[in-house]
Amino acid sequence: MFVLRFLVATLLSKLGLSGMAILGLVAIWAATPAPAQDGPLRIEITEGVVEPLPFAVPVFVAENAAAEQVARDITRVVAADLVSTGLFREIPAEAHIASVSSFDQSVAYSDWKAINAQALIVGAVSVGSDGRVETRFRLHDVFAGAELGQGLRLGGTTQAWRRIAHKVADQVYGRITGEGGYFDSRVVFVAEEGPKDARRKRLAIMDYDGENVQFLTDDATLVLAPRFSPTGDRVLYTSYETGFPQIYLLDVGTVQRQVLADEAGTMTFSPRFSPDGSRVVYSASRGGNTDLFARALGGGEATRLTSAPSIETAPSFSPDGSQIVFESDRSGTPQLYVMPSTGGEARRISFGPGRYGTPVWSPRGDLIAFTKQASGRFHIGVMRTDGSEERLLTASFLDEGPTWAPNGRVLMFTRQGAGAEARPEIYSVDVSGRNLKRVPTPGSASDPAWSPLLP
Amino acid sequence: MAPQSLHSFRRPLGRVALLIGALALSACANPGGIGGAGGAGGPGAGAQATAAPNSPQYFRETVGDRVLFEVDQSSLTSVAQNTLSSQARWLSENPEYRAIIEGHADEQGTREYNLALGARRANSVQEFLIGQGVAGDRLRTVSYGKERPIEVCSDESCYRQNRRAVTVLEAGAGS
Repeated sequence: MFVLRFLVATLLSKLGLSGMAILGLVAIWAATPAPAQDGPLRIEITEGVVEPLPFAVPVFVAENAAAEQVARDITRVVAADLVSTGLFREIPAEAHIASVSSFDQSVAYSDWKAINAQALIVGAVSVGSDGRVETRFRLHDVFAGAELGQGLRLGGTTQAWRRIAHKVADQVYGRITGEGGYFDSRVVFVAEEGPKDARRKRLAIMDYDGENVQFLTDDATLVLAPRFSPTGDRVLYTSYETGFPQIYLLDVGTVQRQVLADEAGTMTFSPRFSPDGSRVVYSASRGGNTDLFARALGGGEATRLTSAPSIETAPSFSPDGSQIVFESDRSGTPQLYVMPSTGGEARRISFGPGRYGTPVWSPRGDLIAFTKQASGRFHIGVMRTDGSEERLLTASFLDEGPTWAPNGRVLMFTRQGAGAEARPEIYSVDVSGRNLKRVPTPGSASDPAWSPLLP
Repeated sequence: MAPQSLHSFRRPLGRVALLIGALALSACANPGGIGGAGGAGGPGAGAQATAAPNSPQYFRETVGDRVLFEVDQSSLTSVAQNTLSSQARWLSENPEYRAIIEGHADEQGTREYNLALGARRANSVQEFLIGQGVAGDRLRTVSYGKERPIEVCSDESCYRQNRRAVTVLEAGAGS
C-alpha cells in the first residue's frame, strides 16, 4: 500500500515534467498481476507484498574495446542497485528479444513490451586513453513508447566506475519513484572480530552495497558508533584511545583524527553533527550522571543542554536544526523526548509499552526512527515527530541503532543473535517494513551510519 | 582464570602491564583460584593460602574486586556494600595503589544507554569507597557499557555476572 501511495504522490508531483510517460508506467505497474519473484536475491517481506516493476537493462554498449569489461560491470551494478530496493525486478538477458548494439539506434518498444519490460535502460560506455570512463544512458517507458527524462552523460576515473553506475541507478530510481536516490552513498561502521568476550573493533567505511571496504582505524582501540558529517567527508566517533571514552573527529580522506574535547574526568560519547555541520551535540558523563552538551567544531566551550540526574543520551537534530530528539530515563525507563536545539523544556513523545532508545530524525523531517525493547525483543521502528503513528519495522533478539538512507526511505541497523557465537551484522529495511535483508560485509559489523548522497 | 587475565590485558594504561605480569605469575601457581564468577562470589581456598594480604591477587580473589547489580540498577546491594567495605579497608591499608573502577552492563539495552548505565554503576562504587574513607584522588571511573562481557551466553545466568563494577588496581599512590 505504501509504495502505491508514494507512487501516486510521485505521479502528481511529476505531472508537469513528463507526466504522461510516468502515468503509463505507474498505471501498468499497479494493474499488472503479480508473478512470484525469482532470481538469486532473497527478500524477506515482513509486511504485504508489492509487485516489483519489471525492467530490462541490456549490457551497456561498449563504444571502444577498452570499455568492454567496465560496460558489463556498470550494467550489473545498475541492475543490482535497482533490484536491491525490492521495487524493481530485472528481466534477464536470456528473455530479451531485441538487442541494443548502438546507443542511438531506435528502440523497438514492441519487442520490450512483448517481454513485459516496463522500463528499459539503454547505456553506452567509452574509456579514454587517460582511463576516463564516459557513460551515457537513457531511460525508456516502454508502454508509453517514450523516453523518461533526459538522456544523461556521466564521467569519472577508472576507479570511479561503481560511482558512475550508482549515479545511473539513482537517476532511474528517482525518475520512476519521484524520490531522491541513495545508491551513490557510503556507510561508516564498526568492523568486529574475535569472540564475544574479547571483541576487537575498528572503524571502517564501505559503499552502501558493501563494496569497497576500507578500514579507518586499527583494532588496538575500542571504537563505537561513528556518525557522518552532513557533507560526508568527516566522521565523529567514540574511541577508548586514552583508556576512557572520548569523541574523535576523523577526516575520511586523510584518515587524520583529533580528539574533539579532552575533559579530564569526563567520558564523552554518542556524538552527532548539526545539519549545518558547525556544531556537535553529544553525551558527557560526569560523576556518574550523563547529560547532553553541544559545542562548536571550531573549538570553544561546551554548552550544557540538559541538567537532570537521569541519563540523557543519543541526541539527533531535526533536519532544520531547530530541535533535538534524544533518549532519557527521567520517567524511570528510557523514553524519547524532543527539545529545542539550544536546550530547554523537553516533551516526551514515546508512550507505548517498553523502552525506547537511539532516536534518529529522518532527513525528510517527517519521521523519527528508534530502537524499541519490549517483551524481551528488540525492534526498529518509526513514529511521526510528535510520537503518533508508531510502527515497528523489525523484530529480533537484538536490533538497534537505526540510520537513515539519504532519501529517508530505507534504514540500516545492527542485528545480533543470542548466545556465545552470535555475531553482529548490518541489516537494511524499507521504512514500509518491507525488503528486510542483510547488507554484505566481509566480517561482523555493527553501528552503521549512512552518508548523505555523495556530490 | 582466562576471563580475568584477558580482561586485565585489555586495560588501557601502559604502566599497569608490569603489575599484570606479576599477577599472571602468581595466578599460575593457583590455576583454580580465580573462578569465572568473579571475586564477589567467593574465592577458592587455594588462592587464600598463597596470596600475600597486601598483593593485588589477594585484593582480587579474597577481598573481591567486583560487585554485581540488578537489571538497570546502580544501587548497591548489601552484598555489594560488604565487598566494597572490604575493598575500602584494603585500599586504606595499601596506599601505594590507586584504582580504576570499571562500570559494565549486560547486552540488554542499547549501546549508548549502557555506556551511561555503566558510568552510573562505576560512580556508585566510587562514592561508596570515598564514603568509607578512600581518598577521591586515588579513584577514577570508566564505563564500558555492554562492550566487555565476561560471560557470553544470552540469559540471566550470564547477564547477572556482566552487570558489574570492577575495581582494577593501578600501581602508584594518589597524587
